[in-house]
Amino acid sequence: FYLTPPQVNSILKANEYSFKVPEFDGKNVSSVLGFDSNQLPANAPIEDRRSAATCLQTRGMLLGVFDGHAGCACAQAVSERLFYYIAVSLLPHETLLEIENAVESGRALLPILQWHKHPNDYFSKEASKLYFNSLRTYWQELIDLNSGETTDVKEALINAFKRLDNDISLEAQVGDPNSFLNYLVLRVAFSGATACVAHVDGVDLHIANTGDSRAMLGVQEEDGSWSAVNLSYDHNAQNEHEVERVKMEHPKSEEKSLVKQDRLLGLLMPFRAFGDVKFKWSIELQKRVVESGPDQLNDNEYTKFIPPNYHTPPYLTAEPEVIHHKLRPQDKFLVLATDGLWETMHRQDVARIVGEYLTGVHHQQPIAVGGYKVTLGQMHGLLTERRARISSVFEDQNAATHLIRHAVGNNEFGTVDHERLSKMLSLPEELARMYRDDITIIVVQFNSHVIGACQNDE
Amino acid sequence: AGGMFLRLLSDVRWRAVNRKWRGMTCSQRSTSSTAEPHPVSLPAKAQVVICGGGIMGTSVAYHLSKMGWKDIVLLEQGRLAAGTTRFCAGIVSTARHVSIELKMADYSNKLYQQLEQETGVKTGYMKTGSISLAQTQDRLISLKRIASSLNVMGIPCEIITPKQVAQLHPLINIHDLVGAMYVPEDALVSSANVSLALATAASRNGVQIHERTSVSHVSVQKGRVTGVETDRGQIQCQYFVNCAGQWAYELGHSGEEPVNIPLHACEHFYLLTHPLKEPLASSLPTIVDPDGRIYIRNWQGGILSGGFEKNPKPLFTEGRNQLEIQNLQEDWDHFEPLLSALLRRMPDLEALQIMQLVNCPESFTPDMRCIMGESPTVRGYFVLAGMNSAGISYGGGAGKYLAEWMVNGYPSENVWPLDLKRFGTLQSSRTFLRHRVMEVMPLMCDLKVPRWDFQTGRQLRTSPLYDRLDAQGARWMEKHGFERVKYFVPPGKDLLDLDQSKTFYKPDWFDIVGSEVKCCKEAVCVIDMSSFTKFEISSTGDQALESLQYLFSNDLDVPVGHVVHTGMLNEKGGYENDCSIARLSKRSFFMISPTDQQVHCWAWLKNRLPDDSNLTMEDVTWKYTALNLIGPRAVDVLSELSYAPITPEHFPSLFCKEMSVGYANGIRVMSITHTGEPGFMLYIPIEYALHVYNEVMNMGQKYGIRNAGYYALRSLRIEKFFAFWGQDLDAFTTPMECGREFQVKLDKGMQFVGQEALLEQKQNGVYKRFTMFILEDHDTDMDLWPWWGEPIFRNGRYVGKTTSSAYSYTLERHVCLGFVQHFDEKTGEELVVTTDFINQGEYEIDIAGQRFQAKAKLYPFSSLFTHRRRKDEVELSGYQRE
Repeated sequence: FYLTPPQVNSILKANEYSFKVPEFDGKNVSSVLGFDSNQLPANAPIEDRRSAATCLQTRGMLLGVFDGHAGCACAQAVSERLFYYIAVSLLPHETLLEIENAVESGRALLPILQWHKHPNDYFSKEASKLYFNSLRTYWQELIDLNSGETTDVKEALINAFKRLDNDISLEAQVGDPNSFLNYLVLRVAFSGATACVAHVDGVDLHIANTGDSRAMLGVQEEDGSWSAVNLSYDHNAQNEHEVERVKMEHPKSEEKSLVKQDRLLGLLMPFRAFGDVKFKWSIELQKRVVESGPDQLNDNEYTKFIPPNYHTPPYLTAEPEVIHHKLRPQDKFLVLATDGLWETMHRQDVARIVGEYLTGVHHQQPIAVGGYKVTLGQMHGLLTERRARISSVFEDQNAATHLIRHAVGNNEFGTVDHERLSKMLSLPEELARMYRDDITIIVVQFNSHVIGACQNDE
Repeated sequence: AGGMFLRLLSDVRWRAVNRKWRGMTCSQRSTSSTAEPHPVSLPAKAQVVICGGGIMGTSVAYHLSKMGWKDIVLLEQGRLAAGTTRFCAGIVSTARHVSIELKMADYSNKLYQQLEQETGVKTGYMKTGSISLAQTQDRLISLKRIASSLNVMGIPCEIITPKQVAQLHPLINIHDLVGAMYVPEDALVSSANVSLALATAASRNGVQIHERTSVSHVSVQKGRVTGVETDRGQIQCQYFVNCAGQWAYELGHSGEEPVNIPLHACEHFYLLTHPLKEPLASSLPTIVDPDGRIYIRNWQGGILSGGFEKNPKPLFTEGRNQLEIQNLQEDWDHFEPLLSALLRRMPDLEALQIMQLVNCPESFTPDMRCIMGESPTVRGYFVLAGMNSAGISYGGGAGKYLAEWMVNGYPSENVWPLDLKRFGTLQSSRTFLRHRVMEVMPLMCDLKVPRWDFQTGRQLRTSPLYDRLDAQGARWMEKHGFERVKYFVPPGKDLLDLDQSKTFYKPDWFDIVGSEVKCCKEAVCVIDMSSFTKFEISSTGDQALESLQYLFSNDLDVPVGHVVHTGMLNEKGGYENDCSIARLSKRSFFMISPTDQQVHCWAWLKNRLPDDSNLTMEDVTWKYTALNLIGPRAVDVLSELSYAPITPEHFPSLFCKEMSVGYANGIRVMSITHTGEPGFMLYIPIEYALHVYNEVMNMGQKYGIRNAGYYALRSLRIEKFFAFWGQDLDAFTTPMECGREFQVKLDKGMQFVGQEALLEQKQNGVYKRFTMFILEDHDTDMDLWPWWGEPIFRNGRYVGKTTSSAYSYTLERHVCLGFVQHFDEKTGEELVVTTDFINQGEYEIDIAGQRFQAKAKLYPFSSLFTHRRRKDEVELSGYQRE
């Protein structure tokens, strides 16, 4: 049973989304040309989420990928809420006041974010009031705290991440009279999500990362070739600094049990995450909440299960590591992707494939016969093979889709093999997760001209 | 003509690759008149300076010197035959679609064949024959049409089966073929050596050849060439010939008076291989596989194969510079489709070893035809360039025609299709050329079907009504950059897309045009004919009248307000132009000519009108929108809009009056149409165009008015036997030969150009006669349609070719127009064609090898003229142009 190329395409393109920044929005010229994003599920339903939005009260654009585990509830909540927390953290005092006054007097609220969403990217209607109240509490605190200083992006990102995770935790502890919402906030808190978020404003690119998704910059070298620069560190067992950090935060007696089989407490792959209160709350708190919670929660073996060697919680944090990068004209694009991509592709290949896709130039060395003995047949074979490599590019209108096609369909030669692609995509739901993970990708394309001009201004 | 850069590049490459080839091409170098360094300094003066030492320049020099002109200098910036000429594939092929190109190729072939004997220079001439393959039935039809043309010219040629192809060439895979055309006398040459042979002969005849001398610019005084500046000094000259190949455009623009030579270079690739295990015979025919876009010839025991890809790579758009040489490298990825086609055609070549992929830039022109002739702006400045990759095939013939042009004032054949003056400044934009040649180069291999329009470089010149008409379903074609309506697709009706609409049979617009024709005949139609060339000629005294009386054959001394149809003839009585002239006042005339006459007619008149500041001529083409109201109800529409009496008493035919139409005043109304139907031409100052159009359409509603296009016009004029300049009439056709004696006033009381020749014809009779043919046993739905260029047979013998054809919706028959000649059965000598000779024959028209019976007529069907207002109107309006 094989999928035909059109069937393959319809699967690959089901979730693709592209946004092009209007060239002249009347205000300023953006350093972002636009972005392409896409998701390919392996779990049913998919546990990855993605978000993209333009900040309306401050400058800049926010983009993020979120990899959920133990269900999608936490990733969903973070994808809906995190950008509001970030935007609010970035707002100057006066704007916060203005917003608060508007809410107070029932006037129309200044829009904070303009979302760029695929129709499948939904927001929970039921929880919006609850989420809004938590957010309002946050900005009210910010107003009270008014430091008078201009907001530092790095600080804002860290505060927003921590605050949201804190709110998720609190909402679950307090509960909600509405039984649906009560169950929802508990599911959010007991599931987990990593987050990798980019904030782009002119030449200032900030990446805030929590967990094992990754941000990578595509750089075009002077000779036209492509290279990759990492803009985040994976928070997992492969990262020595991260292992070191976890060990520092707990007594020496726990050293052996902290990281087992490359997992936190032998259970969790990412070393930082939203939600996952099972790794954050005290045993007493967990028991109390589960017992007083709804039956569904009480009957769930996973939620009742306490991790082994659980002595000095919290073991997990949502605090991001933030990297700041000044964009240069040779920085052509940014790839944000969940670990589903990075498991299958080396970042260098990602840089090359996206770079060639975006520029439409395939940096294949031209062939020269020179003094070699080549027959017409050999040359023909070689040329046909080169052509096939190029033609796979033109099937896609979306860089993220193109990358997924390679991630899933690449053969050992680095070219897309339709047969392989077809097999991988036709796996039954229950098997899919064995062969591949959910993949979520955002490819942000930069405007080198604007970046060049900004650089000169500085 | 070629760049020195190319030469340098080529030397390095060729030396490395193949000593034998290099040795062969250069073995005759010593016979060339110049050795380096320059032993001879440039002469201060010469009659002719030719720039470019490629096949074109040497051919022109050869023919000029043969015709007796000796004072000639040929300048080459690099070395002789070192540019495109050196690189080209050396195929001499007579399989051409345009008759004049076919004649040039045939002459070239015969010239090259004896050139080695004449000059002693080895030319590598080998008569191999060529086989053009057809993978589709349509392609086979196209080949059959060429075969018909070749046969009547006496060039052996036959349509053969795939099996016969296999017998002629051992390597060809014939499984996907439906047939082929075999031309046994086509040949291969070493093109560089042909050029060197021509140079050698020319130099023996006294032509001075200087290599490594580049022309920086051409000096002009009072619109005449006076000399050239070179990097080695000045030469005064009367004539300059630009044979600079792909640099011709730049060279044309280097002078103070620019000469527009619209051509643009594209990269062109071909492959050379090592010999086969059993080397290919040098007599093996050349294969052309147009459906695979490739040609294949034998080359030193291996093959040489190139082609015309769908995605050409134009180059040198921004002119020539050092950097660009690096681009002239092999591009295998680009060549891949052609290589696939080659291996599909000759699968056994898989194991053959590659020698090299050659990148040989070629120049292409906006209409796929080469460029020759004198500049319309600079007298004595001649051009021969833009060969569209057929330089070797055309070289001999083209050089001959240009030499004749310079020596005799005009070539021995009608070369209007190749005349530089068919182009103007409007085809000279680099962007236009770049885009157009990208369309033209692939067309070399595309199927040539009737009524084909270029897709690039469009919407350049448009009528103010363009958007209006477009919104009403207009489909457009282009003439001289001007968009003109073919027909209007009614709402809700869809036509085939471009590729599918290509056909040699009944086209998909058949019924649409039929209903437009019906409306013209029964009610009234509007046709936008703004593209016509319009000049105003006026003077303070009688200068305008006197000059025009001399330059035109009809009597222009008519009362003010009259319109005269007249030819603008050359000394031989042939039509240089066919136009209508309205006498606006005693001293001013308004002249309307075909669209593509804008450059030619202007130059012709400019060169012949007296240099008198009291006599002015202005091109007012852009000032007027021309609407043709055509049909029996035109008179009703116009009278309602103008509140003026338009009855024949007040407004006889061939009359011109300024009047108001709607609110707009000063509309020049003429009671002429170009189809023999009743109606009016409205010449409207452009700012009134929309208003007048709206008024006409509103008022016309009750008379059933609708828009119509040129296809309807064409059907109407051809069924009424109206000839049109550029298609039926040319510089070699006189009024006597096309039944237009009544437009010539031999006794108008003063001399005019062509008078003597016409008097002689009147006395002695004519040698060809414009004749109308009605196809008898032709099935419009099932049979191939005639186009033009079909051979005409009388009692089984070839007597001429058709020049145009159309389906007549009234006669429900196809009508072909063409010229009948009378060849003596024994000697082939041309005899006088009499009315009896025409009337007493049984005729057949050959459409792609199939002959259809036809009835010949010398006069149109009077029943077609529904409306007769003046006794002689039929004859007087017996005039048409498109």
